Amino acid sequence: MNFFFEVLIGGLLSGVMYALVALGFVMIYKASGVFNFAQGAMVYMAALSVVGCIEKGAPLWLAIILAFGIMTLFGIATEKFVLRKLVNQPPIALFMATIGLAFFIEGLAPMIFGSDPRALELGIVDEPIESVLENFNMVISKFDLVAAGVAAVLVTVLALFFQYTRVGRALRAVADDHQAALSIGIPLQHIWAIVWGVAGFVALVAGMMWGARNGVQFALTFTALKALPVLILGGFTSVPGAIVGGLIIGASEKLAEIYIPPVMQDLFGGNFGGIEGWFPYVLALLFLLVRPEGLFGEKHIDRV
Amino acid sequence: MIKKFKPALAAAAVSLALFAQAQPVFAAEEQFFPVIGYRVGPYGANGQSFYGGFIDYLNYVNLKEKGVNGVMMTWEECETEYNNAKGVECYERLKGKAAKSAGPIHNMSTGISYALIDKSAQDKLPMAMMGYGRTDAVDGSVFPYAFPLVTTYQMQASAIVKFIKDKEGGNLAGKKIVYLYHDSAYGKEAIIAMEAEAALNKFTLVQIPVAHPGNEQGAQWLKIRQEKPDFVVFWGWGVMNQTALKAAQKVGFPREKMIGSWWTGSEEDVIPAGDAAKGYMAATWNVAGKQVPLIADIEKVVYGAGKGNLQDKAKIGTILYNRGVSAAVLSVEAIRKGQEKYGKGKALTGEQTRWALENLNITEARLKAIGATDLLPEIKTSCDNHEGSGKVKIQQWDGAKWVPVSGWIEGNKGLIHPLFQASAKQYAKEKGITPRDCSKEK
Repeated sequence: MNFFFEVLIGGLLSGVMYALVALGFVMIYKASGVFNFAQGAMVYMAALSVVGCIEKGAPLWLAIILAFGIMTLFGIATEKFVLRKLVNQPPIALFMATIGLAFFIEGLAPMIFGSDPRALELGIVDEPIESVLENFNMVISKFDLVAAGVAAVLVTVLALFFQYTRVGRALRAVADDHQAALSIGIPLQHIWAIVWGVAGFVALVAGMMWGARNGVQFALTFTALKALPVLILGGFTSVPGAIVGGLIIGASEKLAEIYIPPVMQDLFGGNFGGIEGWFPYVLALLFLLVRPEGLFGEKHIDRV
Repeated sequence: MIKKFKPALAAAAVSLALFAQAQPVFAAEEQFFPVIGYRVGPYGANGQSFYGGFIDYLNYVNLKEKGVNGVMMTWEECETEYNNAKGVECYERLKGKAAKSAGPIHNMSTGISYALIDKSAQDKLPMAMMGYGRTDAVDGSVFPYAFPLVTTYQMQASAIVKFIKDKEGGNLAGKKIVYLYHDSAYGKEAIIAMEAEAALNKFTLVQIPVAHPGNEQGAQWLKIRQEKPDFVVFWGWGVMNQTALKAAQKVGFPREKMIGSWWTGSEEDVIPAGDAAKGYMAATWNVAGKQVPLIADIEKVVYGAGKGNLQDKAKIGTILYNRGVSAAVLSVEAIRKGQEKYGKGKALTGEQTRWALENLNITEARLKAIGATDLLPEIKTSCDNHEGSGKVKIQQWDGAKWVPVSGWIEGNKGLIHPLFQASAKQYAKEKGITPRDCSKEK
């Protein structure tokens, strides 16, 4: 039973890491109705900017500020050169534009900062908490706990931002209908620049946590793969949904990885491990059958 | 009419005369190398070091010796981004140029190797798969144009078990080894060898796969913690390597009890993991460092002449750079061997290079002569042994550099090579290939 809880808690903490990436998707989708295919690439770019600035001699705090500046400028440039021309175009056109953007970032970022995998030290050691290990014989990582704290703060700030600020309400209006938002005087260009800037900030936080955990390298773009089932489960428009979705996906994939393969092996023989690559997607698809808009997604009703 | 064109004709005649004067009467022979590789994309950093080393050595041979018996080394690179489709596209693009003369193709990708294995045999272009690719191609009777040179995954796994056995006082009975692997063809290749070794040495083998890309291994390492193994043999790739080292730290598993394959043992694999990598061991078929005289001389000669291929000189002497040099050394030695048979000073066709690769005999004395002592093991290939060595060293990361902690260790050839032969036989049956009679080849 002890082992079960160890896996469960480890999974929940991993889920928080997935949620950090998923939040970036939610930001863009909530504010513009666009599924941003480039979010994984943005996570990579943000982390690369931090280590790139550190290598040029900047201390960590300055590197983070500079990286935030880079991501904000990038957000503004994305609005100006990619999205502005696509106002009122079908969502698929915007989605295709973000695919192009992803490949552009994946080529540009390593060209500027180099493609060698590098370490990112945030001063948080990824080691078990000794008191928990001694008293309960359970491995709970200090780093994962810090990541959970960061995610909690980020979610609270973003939820408050969307719910209670003028800009937040404007973002939601734009997401509902570009044209209607424009007609009541919401400055679409500014709003999109802001939202891409905030998504860049979320990418920076996710990139730093994932980069400190596994190293800063191209594979950070793959973190998006972990975020997709979280989004399907939690809903594309819900900030708390990203967190709850992340927790469910994280815990279930870890438990599945431990407990399903032995059963399959007993039944069919062979080796059935390594299922956590596809298991979250199956789980998310099952959820889709029951709740197509996700756990916390907004129900979309069209008048006929 | 002729009058009208007279000035133009005269100018053309003068130009031709000048052009003819500028060219030597007999143009120097050139040995072409189709370089199908990658320097960008997910694994671009690995390719930069490997192909940097490879091309630096070709340049070195040109600068130092004016080529092989006067035959200059030439090459053309094509970028695959480690993508199978692009690998095939590159091959198709370069094979025309390789029709006249061709050195071995090194594509540094198991996927691309599999995609090209039949094509290259058909086009008579030899393909070297040093430390990757289809390992049953050791049996040259079925795979005449494919060369998994130096050593293979299975022989490597066997050598790692031998190393562990030595550490455990020569007896593994009752011990437990976890085989943690990338859940792909690459990761699964060594399972057959690990199972054979487990049966022979009576240790318990626990297999734990990790789904691609391997950036999340929480469940696997909790399972390892529960299993309490004596050692973890680790077959990772890319981000999976750093993630495993960090996860091992997280569950408190000693890195000194983890031994990885050669694709987990470069600087790129351990530096991002920081302190978590300290003490970790990995197999390698080439050593790192500039203490190898050849590596130091390449830096002096090639970079001194301003012809170095690397933008970042700090990569000189890294594991993957030295691996690229090792691959080029074997390729150039094959050209030398081929010229002994087909005529000194003549470029080799793909077919002739194939013969040379199958008749390599690179002894300690030869390695010493080219300044590559201990860079790689001795190699002796034949029709029924396209591997030629089967030896690895075990190296340990001390936090700043890789340090060899063993001599060359040979895998259990008697146990492993029959597995290759059985697999190659099956392949020949499926493809309708009549294997060559190796006793008639020389």
